[in-house]
Amino acid sequence: METGQQNRTDWVKIHPPVVRITHWINALAILIMVTSGWRIYNASPFFPFRIPSELTLGGWLAGALQWHFAAMWLLVLNGIVYVTYGIVSGHFRRKLLPLTPRAIFHDVLEALRGKLAHEDLSVYNAAQRAAYLAIIACGIVLVFSGLAIWKPVQLQEITAIFGGYEGARIVHFLAMALLVFIVLTHIVMVILVPRTLPTMLTGRTRRAS
Amino acid sequence: MKKRTMETSLADHSPKLIRSIERRLFLRQGLSLGALVLLSGCELTDDEGVQSLLKGMSRWNDGAQAWLFGPNKLAPEFPESAITKPFPFNAFYREDEVTLVDAKDYELELEGMIREKKPWTLPELYALPQTSQITRHICVEGWSAIGKWSGVRFSDFLARVGADTSAKYVGFKCADDYYTSIDMATALHPQTLLTFRFADQILPPKYGFPMKLRIPTKLGFKNPKHIMAMFVTNEYPGGYWEDQGYNWFSGS
Repeated sequence: METGQQNRTDWVKIHPPVVRITHWINALAILIMVTSGWRIYNASPFFPFRIPSELTLGGWLAGALQWHFAAMWLLVLNGIVYVTYGIVSGHFRRKLLPLTPRAIFHDVLEALRGKLAHEDLSVYNAAQRAAYLAIIACGIVLVFSGLAIWKPVQLQEITAIFGGYEGARIVHFLAMALLVFIVLTHIVMVILVPRTLPTMLTGRTRRAS
Repeated sequence: MKKRTMETSLADHSPKLIRSIERRLFLRQGLSLGALVLLSGCELTDDEGVQSLLKGMSRWNDGAQAWLFGPNKLAPEFPESAITKPFPFNAFYREDEVTLVDAKDYELELEGMIREKKPWTLPELYALPQTSQITRHICVEGWSAIGKWSGVRFSDFLARVGADTSAKYVGFKCADDYYTSIDMATALHPQTLLTFRFADQILPPKYGFPMKLRIPTKLGFKNPKHIMAMFVTNEYPGGYWEDQGYNWFSGS
Protein backbone atom coordinates (compact mmCIF):
# COMPACT_ATOMS: atom_id res chain seq x y z
CA MET A 1 0.00 0.00 0.00
CA GLU A 2 2.40 2.67 1.16
CA THR A 3 5.70 1.75 -0.38
CA GLY A 4 8.26 4.50 -0.68
CA GLN A 5 7.66 5.72 2.82
CA GLN A 6 10.67 6.91 4.72
CA ASN A 7 10.07 4.48 7.59
CA ARG A 8 10.71 0.95 6.47
CA THR A 9 7.63 -1.08 7.32
CA ASP A 10 8.05 -4.67 8.36
CA TRP A 11 5.27 -6.94 7.27
CA VAL A 12 4.86 -9.85 9.59
CA LYS A 13 2.88 -12.94 8.84
CA ILE A 14 0.82 -13.67 11.92
CA HIS A 15 -2.15 -15.77 10.83
CA PRO A 16 -1.31 -18.86 8.75
CA PRO A 17 -3.69 -19.61 5.84
CA VAL A 18 -5.29 -22.59 7.65
CA VAL A 19 -6.24 -20.34 10.56
CA ARG A 20 -7.67 -17.63 8.29
CA ILE A 21 -9.69 -20.01 6.12
CA THR A 22 -11.08 -22.01 9.03
CA HIS A 23 -11.84 -18.75 10.89
CA TRP A 24 -14.12 -17.46 8.13
CA ILE A 25 -15.76 -20.82 7.40
CA ASN A 26 -16.36 -21.11 11.13
CA ALA A 27 -17.84 -17.60 11.26
CA LEU A 28 -20.33 -18.57 8.54
CA ALA A 29 -21.13 -21.93 10.16
CA ILE A 30 -21.66 -20.33 13.59
CA LEU A 31 -23.91 -17.63 12.09
CA ILE A 32 -26.10 -20.29 10.44
CA MET A 33 -26.09 -22.63 13.44
CA VAL A 34 -26.98 -19.89 15.94
CA THR A 35 -29.71 -18.18 13.91
CA SER A 36 -31.34 -21.47 12.83
CA GLY A 37 -30.92 -22.82 16.37
CA TRP A 38 -32.85 -19.84 17.73
CA ARG A 39 -35.75 -20.72 15.43
CA ILE A 40 -35.65 -24.34 16.65
CA TYR A 41 -35.60 -23.12 20.27
CA ASN A 42 -38.69 -20.99 19.57
CA ALA A 43 -40.70 -24.12 18.64
CA SER A 44 -40.57 -25.22 22.26
CA PRO A 45 -38.87 -22.68 24.55
CA PHE A 46 -37.82 -23.85 28.02
CA PHE A 47 -36.98 -20.39 29.31
CA PRO A 48 -39.68 -17.70 29.65
CA PHE A 49 -38.66 -15.96 26.43
CA ARG A 50 -38.47 -16.43 22.68
CA ILE A 51 -35.89 -15.11 20.24
CA PRO A 52 -37.33 -12.39 17.95
CA SER A 53 -38.07 -14.25 14.72
CA GLU A 54 -36.48 -11.45 12.60
CA LEU A 55 -33.13 -12.65 13.96
CA THR A 56 -33.74 -16.27 13.06
CA LEU A 57 -33.02 -18.32 9.95
CA GLY A 58 -35.23 -20.82 8.14
CA GLY A 59 -38.68 -19.18 8.05
CA TRP A 60 -40.29 -22.02 9.99
CA LEU A 61 -39.25 -25.02 12.06
CA ALA A 62 -38.65 -27.38 9.11
CA GLY A 63 -36.52 -24.77 7.32
CA ALA A 64 -34.54 -24.01 10.47
CA LEU A 65 -33.89 -27.73 11.02
CA GLN A 66 -32.69 -28.09 7.43
CA TRP A 67 -30.23 -25.23 7.87
CA HIS A 68 -29.08 -26.51 11.27
CA PHE A 69 -28.45 -30.09 10.14
CA ALA A 70 -26.79 -28.94 6.90
CA ALA A 71 -24.45 -26.41 8.54
CA MET A 72 -23.51 -28.84 11.31
CA TRP A 73 -21.34 -30.72 8.80
CA LEU A 74 -19.58 -27.48 7.86
CA LEU A 75 -19.05 -26.63 11.53
CA VAL A 76 -17.78 -30.06 12.53
CA LEU A 77 -15.53 -30.76 9.51
CA ASN A 78 -14.05 -27.26 9.67
CA GLY A 79 -13.66 -27.59 13.45
CA ILE A 80 -11.80 -30.89 13.06
CA VAL A 81 -9.37 -29.30 10.56
CA TYR A 82 -8.79 -26.29 12.85
CA VAL A 83 -8.33 -28.21 16.11
CA THR A 84 -6.14 -30.88 14.48
CA TYR A 85 -3.98 -28.17 12.92
CA GLY A 86 -3.86 -26.26 16.21
CA ILE A 87 -2.63 -29.26 18.14
CA VAL A 88 -0.31 -30.86 15.57
CA SER A 89 1.40 -27.66 14.40
CA GLY A 90 1.83 -26.34 17.93
CA HIS A 91 -0.28 -23.27 17.01
CA PHE A 92 -2.41 -23.60 20.16
CA ARG A 93 0.60 -24.11 22.41
CA ARG A 94 2.46 -21.14 20.92
CA LYS A 95 -0.44 -18.69 20.69
CA LEU A 96 -2.88 -19.64 23.45
CA LEU A 97 -0.50 -20.81 26.20
CA PRO A 98 0.67 -20.25 28.85
CA LEU A 99 -2.40 -18.93 30.58
CA THR A 100 -2.92 -18.27 34.27
CA PRO A 101 -6.11 -17.14 36.05
CA ARG A 102 -4.10 -14.22 37.44
CA ALA A 103 -3.10 -13.05 33.95
CA ILE A 104 -6.67 -13.38 32.65
CA PHE A 105 -8.01 -11.38 35.59
CA HIS A 106 -5.38 -8.68 35.08
CA ASP A 107 -5.87 -8.35 31.31
CA VAL A 108 -9.68 -8.45 31.42
CA LEU A 109 -9.59 -5.66 34.02
CA GLU A 110 -7.22 -3.65 31.85
CA ALA A 111 -9.43 -4.24 28.82
CA LEU A 112 -12.51 -3.03 30.69
CA ARG A 113 -10.62 0.12 31.65
CA GLY A 114 -9.69 0.57 28.01
CA LYS A 115 -6.01 0.26 28.77
CA LEU A 116 -5.13 -3.02 27.14
CA ALA A 117 -2.36 -2.55 24.60
CA HIS A 118 -2.63 -4.18 21.18
CA GLU A 119 0.55 -2.94 19.54
CA ASP A 120 1.78 -6.42 18.63
CA LEU A 121 -0.97 -8.42 16.94
CA SER A 122 1.18 -11.53 16.76
CA VAL A 123 0.97 -12.00 20.51
CA TYR A 124 -2.40 -12.55 22.15
CA ASN A 125 -2.92 -11.04 25.60
CA ALA A 126 -4.33 -13.23 28.37
CA ALA A 127 -7.91 -11.98 27.83
CA GLN A 128 -7.70 -12.98 24.16
CA ARG A 129 -6.16 -16.34 24.96
CA ALA A 130 -8.90 -17.06 27.47
CA ALA A 131 -11.61 -15.97 25.03
CA TYR A 132 -10.27 -18.03 22.13
CA LEU A 133 -9.81 -21.12 24.30
CA ALA A 134 -13.33 -20.61 25.68
CA ILE A 135 -14.70 -20.43 22.12
CA ILE A 136 -13.01 -23.74 21.28
CA ALA A 137 -14.38 -25.27 24.51
CA CYS A 138 -17.88 -23.91 23.75
CA GLY A 139 -17.68 -25.38 20.27
CA ILE A 140 -16.77 -28.81 21.62
CA VAL A 141 -19.57 -28.70 24.23
CA LEU A 142 -22.04 -27.51 21.55
CA VAL A 143 -21.11 -30.34 19.19
CA PHE A 144 -21.40 -33.03 21.86
CA SER A 145 -24.60 -31.68 23.47
CA GLY A 146 -25.96 -31.30 19.93
CA LEU A 147 -25.18 -34.95 19.16
CA ALA A 148 -26.84 -35.85 22.47
CA ILE A 149 -30.06 -34.06 21.41
CA TRP A 150 -29.96 -35.30 17.80
CA LYS A 151 -29.32 -38.96 18.67
CA PRO A 152 -30.47 -39.66 22.25
CA VAL A 153 -30.91 -43.37 21.38
CA GLN A 154 -28.05 -44.17 19.01
CA LEU A 155 -25.60 -41.98 20.97
CA GLN A 156 -27.26 -42.40 24.40
CA GLU A 157 -23.83 -42.73 26.07
CA ILE A 158 -23.17 -39.10 25.09
CA THR A 159 -26.68 -38.03 26.12
CA ALA A 160 -26.10 -39.59 29.55
CA ILE A 161 -23.08 -37.30 30.10
CA PHE A 162 -25.46 -34.31 30.01
CA GLY A 163 -27.94 -35.92 32.42
CA GLY A 164 -30.25 -37.13 29.65
CA TYR A 165 -32.11 -35.55 26.75
CA GLU A 166 -33.63 -32.60 28.61
CA GLY A 167 -30.32 -31.86 30.33
CA ALA A 168 -28.55 -31.83 26.96
CA ARG A 169 -31.04 -29.24 25.62
CA ILE A 170 -30.23 -26.88 28.52
CA VAL A 171 -26.47 -27.37 28.16
CA HIS A 172 -26.73 -26.80 24.38
CA PHE A 173 -28.59 -23.53 24.95
CA LEU A 174 -26.25 -22.26 27.69
CA ALA A 175 -23.14 -23.09 25.64
CA MET A 176 -24.72 -21.19 22.74
CA ALA A 177 -25.39 -18.19 25.02
CA LEU A 178 -21.76 -18.15 26.22
CA LEU A 179 -20.48 -18.53 22.66
CA VAL A 180 -22.67 -15.66 21.42
CA PHE A 181 -21.45 -13.48 24.30
CA ILE A 182 -17.80 -14.18 23.47
CA VAL A 183 -18.36 -13.65 19.74
CA LEU A 184 -20.12 -10.31 20.35
CA THR A 185 -17.25 -9.24 22.62
CA HIS A 186 -14.83 -10.36 19.89
CA ILE A 187 -16.67 -8.22 17.31
CA VAL A 188 -16.66 -5.20 19.65
CA MET A 189 -12.92 -5.63 20.12
CA VAL A 190 -12.41 -5.80 16.34
CA ILE A 191 -14.35 -2.55 15.97
CA LEU A 192 -12.18 -0.95 18.67
CA VAL A 193 -8.95 -2.27 17.09
CA PRO A 194 -9.95 -2.30 13.38
CA ARG A 195 -6.52 -3.23 11.99
CA THR A 196 -7.11 -6.76 13.33
CA LEU A 197 -9.78 -7.31 10.65
CA PRO A 198 -7.63 -7.03 7.48
CA THR A 199 -5.03 -9.09 9.34
CA MET A 200 -7.45 -11.99 9.56
CA LEU A 201 -8.00 -11.63 5.79
CA THR A 202 -4.42 -11.19 4.56
CA GLY A 203 -2.59 -12.81 7.46
CA ARG A 204 -0.17 -9.87 7.58
CA THR A 205 0.34 -6.94 9.85
CA ARG A 206 2.91 -4.20 10.28
CA ARG A 207 5.40 -4.77 13.01
CA ALA A 208 5.39 -2.02 15.56
CA SER A 209 8.90 -0.58 15.38
CA MET B 1 5.03 -0.79 27.99
CA LYS B 2 2.51 2.04 28.08
CA LYS B 3 5.15 4.56 27.18
CA ARG B 4 6.05 2.56 24.09
CA THR B 5 2.46 2.59 22.94
CA MET B 6 2.42 6.36 23.21
CA GLU B 7 5.61 6.72 21.21
CA THR B 8 4.37 4.41 18.49
CA SER B 9 1.12 6.24 18.12
CA LEU B 10 2.87 9.64 18.00
CA ALA B 11 5.64 8.51 15.66
CA ASP B 12 3.52 7.90 12.59
CA HIS B 13 0.33 9.56 13.54
CA SER B 14 -1.02 10.83 10.27
CA PRO B 15 -0.54 7.79 7.98
CA LYS B 16 -1.96 5.65 10.72
CA LEU B 17 -4.98 7.87 11.03
CA ILE B 18 -5.66 7.58 7.29
CA ARG B 19 -5.20 3.85 7.40
CA SER B 20 -7.45 3.66 10.38
CA ILE B 21 -10.17 5.67 8.62
CA GLU B 22 -9.86 3.49 5.53
CA ARG B 23 -10.20 0.42 7.65
CA ARG B 24 -13.11 1.78 9.60
CA LEU B 25 -14.92 2.39 6.30
CA PHE B 26 -14.05 -1.10 5.18
CA LEU B 27 -15.34 -2.46 8.45
CA ARG B 28 -18.56 -0.50 8.18
CA GLN B 29 -19.16 -1.83 4.70
CA GLY B 30 -18.51 -5.32 5.99
CA LEU B 31 -21.02 -4.84 8.78
CA SER B 32 -23.65 -3.49 6.39
CA LEU B 33 -23.15 -6.53 4.20
CA GLY B 34 -23.64 -8.75 7.24
CA ALA B 35 -26.84 -6.92 8.17
CA LEU B 36 -28.10 -7.28 4.61
CA VAL B 37 -27.49 -11.02 4.69
CA LEU B 38 -29.36 -11.31 7.98
CA LEU B 39 -32.27 -9.17 6.76
CA SER B 40 -32.72 -11.29 3.68
CA GLY B 41 -32.57 -14.52 5.68
CA CYS B 42 -36.16 -15.41 4.71
CA GLU B 43 -35.62 -14.75 1.00
CA LEU B 44 -32.38 -16.72 1.23
CA THR B 45 -34.26 -19.83 2.38
CA ASP B 46 -36.83 -19.41 -0.41
CA ASP B 47 -34.16 -19.20 -3.11
CA GLU B 48 -34.40 -22.20 -5.46
CA GLY B 49 -30.70 -23.03 -5.39
CA VAL B 50 -30.62 -22.82 -1.60
CA GLN B 51 -33.77 -24.97 -1.42
CA SER B 52 -32.25 -27.75 -3.50
CA LEU B 53 -29.02 -27.58 -1.49
CA LEU B 54 -30.95 -27.90 1.78
CA LYS B 55 -33.05 -30.75 0.40
CA GLY B 56 -29.92 -32.51 -0.82
CA MET B 57 -28.37 -32.18 2.63
CA SER B 58 -31.55 -33.55 4.21
CA ARG B 59 -31.32 -36.57 1.90
CA TRP B 60 -27.64 -36.94 2.85
CA ASN B 61 -28.69 -36.84 6.51
CA ASP B 62 -31.19 -39.67 5.84
CA GLY B 63 -28.22 -41.75 4.73
CA ALA B 64 -26.05 -40.68 7.67
CA GLN B 65 -28.81 -41.60 10.13
CA ALA B 66 -29.45 -44.97 8.47
CA TRP B 67 -25.72 -45.66 8.80
CA LEU B 68 -25.74 -44.62 12.46
CA PHE B 69 -28.84 -46.70 13.24
CA GLY B 70 -28.06 -49.78 15.33
CA PRO B 71 -30.64 -52.53 14.67
CA ASN B 72 -30.16 -53.77 18.23
CA LYS B 73 -29.42 -50.46 19.97
CA LEU B 74 -32.27 -50.09 22.47
CA ALA B 75 -33.92 -46.84 23.50
CA PRO B 76 -33.62 -46.27 27.27
CA GLU B 77 -36.65 -47.57 29.21
CA PHE B 78 -37.97 -45.89 32.36
CA PRO B 79 -39.80 -46.89 35.57
CA GLU B 80 -43.57 -46.23 35.88
CA SER B 81 -42.78 -43.32 38.22
CA ALA B 82 -41.09 -41.45 35.35
CA ILE B 83 -44.24 -41.34 33.19
CA THR B 84 -45.27 -37.79 32.19
CA LYS B 85 -48.76 -36.87 33.45
CA PRO B 86 -50.73 -35.64 31.68
CA PHE B 87 -49.13 -36.89 28.50
CA PRO B 88 -49.31 -34.08 25.89
CA PHE B 89 -51.65 -34.27 22.91
CA ASN B 90 -50.05 -33.30 19.60
CA ALA B 91 -51.26 -33.37 15.99
CA PHE B 92 -51.69 -31.07 13.01
CA TYR B 93 -55.17 -30.20 14.37
CA ARG B 94 -56.69 -29.28 17.74
CA GLU B 95 -57.58 -31.86 20.38
CA ASP B 96 -61.35 -31.32 19.88
CA GLU B 97 -60.91 -32.18 16.20
CA VAL B 98 -59.58 -35.68 16.83
CA THR B 99 -60.81 -38.30 14.37
CA LEU B 100 -63.08 -40.92 15.95
CA VAL B 101 -62.68 -44.40 14.51
CA ASP B 102 -65.54 -46.87 14.97
CA ALA B 103 -64.17 -50.02 16.63
CA LYS B 104 -66.94 -52.30 15.29
CA ASP B 105 -66.29 -51.73 11.58
CA TYR B 106 -62.57 -51.31 11.91
CA GLU B 107 -60.25 -53.38 9.75
CA LEU B 108 -56.54 -52.89 9.27
CA GLU B 109 -55.77 -53.15 5.57
CA LEU B 110 -52.51 -54.55 4.23
CA GLU B 111 -51.13 -53.63 0.83
CA GLY B 112 -48.00 -53.93 -1.29
CA MET B 113 -45.28 -56.53 -0.83
CA ILE B 114 -47.17 -58.59 1.78
CA ARG B 115 -48.11 -62.24 1.22
CA GLU B 116 -51.30 -62.46 3.33
CA LYS B 117 -53.33 -59.33 2.70
CA LYS B 118 -56.36 -60.43 4.73
CA PRO B 119 -57.56 -57.40 6.76
CA TRP B 120 -57.27 -57.58 10.56
CA THR B 121 -60.11 -56.79 12.99
CA LEU B 122 -59.36 -55.36 16.44
CA PRO B 123 -60.22 -58.56 18.38
CA GLU B 124 -57.79 -60.45 16.13
CA LEU B 125 -55.07 -57.88 16.77
CA TYR B 126 -55.72 -57.82 20.53
CA ALA B 127 -55.34 -61.63 20.58
CA LEU B 128 -51.71 -61.45 19.39
CA PRO B 129 -48.89 -61.75 21.99
CA GLN B 130 -48.51 -58.32 23.60
CA THR B 131 -45.54 -56.52 25.13
CA SER B 132 -45.08 -53.15 26.87
CA GLN B 133 -42.53 -50.36 26.94
CA ILE B 134 -42.02 -47.14 28.89
CA THR B 135 -39.98 -44.87 26.65
CA ARG B 136 -39.36 -41.22 25.89
CA HIS B 137 -41.35 -39.68 23.06
CA ILE B 138 -39.30 -36.85 21.54
CA CYS B 139 -41.06 -34.27 19.40
CA VAL B 140 -39.35 -32.58 16.48
CA GLU B 141 -40.28 -29.32 18.26
CA GLY B 142 -37.86 -30.24 21.04
CA TRP B 143 -40.12 -31.19 23.96
CA SER B 144 -40.24 -34.75 25.25
CA ALA B 145 -42.56 -36.87 27.39
CA ILE B 146 -42.37 -40.38 28.82
CA GLY B 147 -45.29 -42.76 28.24
CA LYS B 148 -46.24 -46.42 28.45
CA TRP B 149 -47.44 -48.21 25.32
CA SER B 150 -48.46 -51.85 24.84
CA GLY B 151 -48.98 -53.92 21.74
CA VAL B 152 -47.50 -56.43 19.38
CA ARG B 153 -43.91 -56.33 18.30
CA PHE B 154 -44.03 -54.97 14.75
CA SER B 155 -41.35 -57.34 13.42
CA ASP B 156 -43.48 -60.30 14.67
CA PHE B 157 -46.54 -58.88 12.93
CA LEU B 158 -44.63 -58.35 9.67
CA ALA B 159 -43.35 -61.95 9.83
CA ARG B 160 -46.88 -63.25 10.57
CA VAL B 161 -48.40 -61.56 7.50
CA GLY B 162 -45.48 -62.53 5.29
CA ALA B 163 -44.17 -59.06 4.57
CA ASP B 164 -41.17 -58.88 2.24
CA THR B 165 -38.64 -57.55 4.74
CA SER B 166 -36.05 -57.08 2.01
CA ALA B 167 -38.15 -54.14 0.76
CA LYS B 168 -37.05 -50.61 1.61
CA TYR B 169 -40.11 -48.97 3.17
CA VAL B 170 -43.23 -49.51 5.23
CA GLY B 171 -45.88 -46.85 4.65
CA PHE B 172 -48.94 -45.93 6.74
CA LYS B 173 -52.30 -44.35 5.92
CA CYS B 174 -54.25 -42.92 8.82
CA ALA B 175 -57.89 -42.10 9.56
CA ASP B 176 -57.06 -38.39 10.05
CA ASP B 177 -55.50 -38.21 6.55
CA TYR B 178 -52.07 -38.28 8.07
CA TYR B 179 -49.53 -40.47 6.32
CA THR B 180 -45.91 -41.37 6.87
CA SER B 181 -43.33 -44.05 6.12
CA ILE B 182 -40.31 -45.66 7.73
CA ASP B 183 -37.24 -47.63 6.69
CA MET B 184 -37.38 -51.43 6.98
CA ALA B 185 -34.49 -51.55 9.50
CA THR B 186 -36.50 -49.42 11.93
CA ALA B 187 -39.68 -51.44 11.24
CA LEU B 188 -37.79 -54.57 12.36
CA HIS B 189 -36.27 -52.97 15.48
CA PRO B 190 -37.23 -54.93 18.64
CA GLN B 191 -38.79 -51.84 20.29
CA THR B 192 -40.96 -50.87 17.31
CA LEU B 193 -44.45 -51.83 18.52
CA LEU B 194 -47.90 -51.80 16.94
CA THR B 195 -49.64 -50.52 20.06
CA PHE B 196 -53.28 -50.70 21.17
CA ARG B 197 -52.92 -49.48 24.74
CA PHE B 198 -51.60 -46.36 26.42
CA ALA B 199 -50.97 -46.45 30.20
CA ASP B 200 -52.59 -49.92 30.30
CA GLN B 201 -55.87 -48.58 28.86
CA ILE B 202 -57.22 -49.03 25.34
CA LEU B 203 -55.73 -46.09 23.37
CA PRO B 204 -58.06 -43.12 23.77
CA PRO B 205 -58.87 -41.25 20.51
CA LYS B 206 -56.47 -38.42 21.36
CA TYR B 207 -53.53 -40.85 21.52
CA GLY B 208 -54.46 -42.59 18.27
CA PHE B 209 -57.31 -45.13 18.67
CA PRO B 210 -57.39 -47.83 17.46
CA MET B 211 -53.62 -48.11 17.06
CA LYS B 212 -50.38 -46.19 17.00
CA LEU B 213 -47.06 -47.43 15.72
CA ARG B 214 -44.71 -46.66 18.57
CA ILE B 215 -41.10 -46.18 17.44
CA PRO B 216 -38.85 -45.00 20.29
CA THR B 217 -35.92 -44.73 17.86
CA LYS B 218 -37.68 -41.99 15.86
CA LEU B 219 -39.14 -38.54 16.49
CA GLY B 220 -42.80 -38.30 17.46
CA PHE B 221 -44.19 -37.38 14.03
CA LYS B 222 -42.81 -40.66 12.64
CA ASN B 223 -45.15 -42.54 15.02
CA PRO B 224 -48.45 -42.70 13.06
CA LYS B 225 -51.77 -42.79 14.94
CA HIS B 226 -55.24 -44.00 13.80
CA ILE B 227 -53.59 -46.38 11.30
CA MET B 228 -56.10 -47.67 8.71
CA ALA B 229 -53.75 -49.28 6.21
CA MET B 230 -50.10 -50.17 5.87
CA PHE B 231 -48.06 -51.17 2.87
CA VAL B 232 -44.60 -52.51 2.07
CA THR B 233 -42.87 -50.98 -0.92
CA ASN B 234 -39.60 -50.11 -2.60
CA GLU B 235 -40.93 -46.78 -3.81
CA TYR B 236 -40.33 -43.84 -1.48
CA PRO B 237 -43.75 -43.04 0.03
CA GLY B 238 -42.91 -39.73 1.78
CA GLY B 239 -45.14 -38.39 4.53
CA TYR B 240 -47.40 -35.53 5.62
CA TRP B 241 -44.65 -33.51 7.30
CA GLU B 242 -41.80 -35.05 5.32
CA ASP B 243 -43.26 -33.75 2.04
CA GLN B 244 -43.24 -30.24 3.54
CA GLY B 245 -39.55 -30.32 4.37
CA TYR B 246 -39.11 -32.24 7.62
CA ASN B 247 -36.30 -34.77 7.49
CA TRP B 248 -37.60 -38.19 6.39
CA PHE B 249 -35.46 -40.51 8.54
CA SER B 250 -35.81 -38.39 11.71
CA GLY B 251 -34.18 -40.99 13.92
CA SER B 252 -33.33 -40.35 17.54
